[in-house]
Amino acid sequence: MTTPMVEARAVCKHYAGVEVLKGVDLTVNRGEVTCLIGPSGSGKSTLLRCINHLEKHDAGELLVDGQLVGYEARDGKLYERSDKQICVERSRIGMVFQRFNLFQHLTVLDNVTIGQVKVKNVAPDAAATRARELLARVGLEAKEKNYPSQLSGGQQQRVAIARALAMEPKLMLFDEPTSALDPELVGEVLDVMKDLARSGMTMIVVTHEMGFAREVADTVYFLDRGIIEESGDPRQVLSAPSSERLKNFLSKVL
Amino acid sequence: MTSDGGGAVKVVPVRHVGRWIAGAVMIVVVAMLVHTLLSKVPNGQTSCHTVNGLRTCHNVVNWRFSWNIVFHYFTTSEILHGLLLTVELTILAMIIGIVLGITIAVMRLSPNRLLSSTAWSYTWFFRGTPVYVQLLFWFNISAIYQSMSIGLPFLNVAFLHINTVALFTPFRAALIGLGLNEGAYMSEIARSGLIAVDEGQIEAASSLGMTRGQTLRLVVLPQAMRVIIPPTGNEVISMLKTTSLASAISVVEVLGAAQNIYAANYEVMPLLITASIWYLIITTVLSIGQFYLERHFARGAQRTPPPTPIARLRHDLKGIGSKFRTPRPAMTREVST
Ligand SMILES: Nc1ncnc2c1ncn2[C@@H]1O[C@H](COP(=O)(O)OP(=O)(O)OP(=O)(O)O)[C@@H](O)[C@H]1O
Ligand SMILES: [Mg+2]
Repeated sequence: MTTPMVEARAVCKHYAGVEVLKGVDLTVNRGEVTCLIGPSGSGKSTLLRCINHLEKHDAGELLVDGQLVGYEARDGKLYERSDKQICVERSRIGMVFQRFNLFQHLTVLDNVTIGQVKVKNVAPDAAATRARELLARVGLEAKEKNYPSQLSGGQQQRVAIARALAMEPKLMLFDEPTSALDPELVGEVLDVMKDLARSGMTMIVVTHEMGFAREVADTVYFLDRGIIEESGDPRQVLSAPSSERLKNFLSKVL
Repeated sequence: MTSDGGGAVKVVPVRHVGRWIAGAVMIVVVAMLVHTLLSKVPNGQTSCHTVNGLRTCHNVVNWRFSWNIVFHYFTTSEILHGLLLTVELTILAMIIGIVLGITIAVMRLSPNRLLSSTAWSYTWFFRGTPVYVQLLFWFNISAIYQSMSIGLPFLNVAFLHINTVALFTPFRAALIGLGLNEGAYMSEIARSGLIAVDEGQIEAASSLGMTRGQTLRLVVLPQAMRVIIPPTGNEVISMLKTTSLASAISVVEVLGAAQNIYAANYEVMPLLITASIWYLIITTVLSIGQFYLERHFARGAQRTPPPTPIARLRHDLKGIGSKFRTPRPAMTREVST
């Protein structure tokens, strides 16, 4: 039995007195797609940020790829990880943001090569070759010389996915990747994500696209006010929710 | 008259009476300026000569602005040497200022309170005292430090001894004074640039595994440049003129050279004009450079970069050409109907 890619046990996180995560339990198996749904402010982004070491959780246990996030257990003691180690961990986890966050001063190609060259020390030629492959995969090989501001939102998000994939991540995190897009552009991004899911990538997707969750997810988690209210098979959870809160939430988003 | 079959619409343009009056006033003012700049006045001497046994005398006139003297000294080696020193001081002091300014801005934004308050104090001190006083201070520093040593304070441990008199030549005192002062102003400019970069850019960089240093160098600073460059251009131009203060601590830059010359020949005004024209020329060159630098760092920020002045001129000329060309078909049509 292999260890899960992500395992959260009673993870808590608070900001200046506000408790955002109040004991989250979650398991993401390798090669599976997990969708995280829930109302605004429920802590979905915070959970993703904890998994990616962008925030430190205060209590509970969070393991990524069998290793504790932020700490190292040696001889029965916990040691805080150095900044360097945390950077290495982050480089192995891809993250896609709601507002794309492409580097505005770099061309599409440079956006996809910079992480490879500067973080993974890949030779520039090899990085460019790989970047072109990935751009072709997301259907943007013709745009490599453009700057992000010259692309549509959907195109920018596809570049952002290619940028994350260029690091050869073991896990991809998506934080509402289609929420900032015009409705007609949502499909092109979801198609890329579906293709990625089929290729066996382990993914955690925060989304309001219930159709996507139903079609692609192996497991759906419903996060509400910092705790997992309900989880399970998407057909089960989305079609026959048992908790009142989830019923309420679904009636609003659908 | 309405448009005739897809041709250009013919309209009587609105008359801008105000603009015409303002234009006329400006032409008169400019003409007055040119007139006085080119005017000639008697210089108090008379010159007489005899032609055909007839002796005639007349007053000698000179340019009021002594243009002959202005241009006589314009390219003398003294002035050109001074000019070189002015340019050197400007460039070196700006390099010190920019490097220092960015460092201080980064320190200022650091979560480390000790670093950020040190940075704040630096800016407070150097912006709060006149640069002229600072120059005099560095020029006279050997009066209180005959020598300096770098080591640990209170412990009598020194790594390096420096002879202050030899170190603080007038040029170096000016350079240090101008550079340190500029650092304070540049730090505020750099800070506004760093703050202007979207938080999401930093998050994206960290999520790729970049260290804080890499994020700053590869992502934040290049984007901050777009905000930093335009005011830095102004700083360079301002620095060019501030270097003239160095003449007060016996640096013979272009103003100092002009002063040395007029101390000997009393031609004060012409030599001040000579120096001023050189300042204007360099400022013009710097402004052109600034335009292209801004254009370079704006890449990615705009969908289409602004046209260069040359491209715009070409476009305007084409526009004028087409204005003269378009009416012609309309006229022939009128003749035929
Ligand atoms: N840096 C912070 N400081 C203080 N409070 C924060 C911070 N970040 C998030 N919060 C708070 O934590 C709560 C959860 O935020 P989070 O961004 O995780 O919600 P979310 O589920 O992603 O919501 P949305 O769907 O709107 O993105 C919110 O109430 C938010 O105000
Ligand atoms: Mg969120």
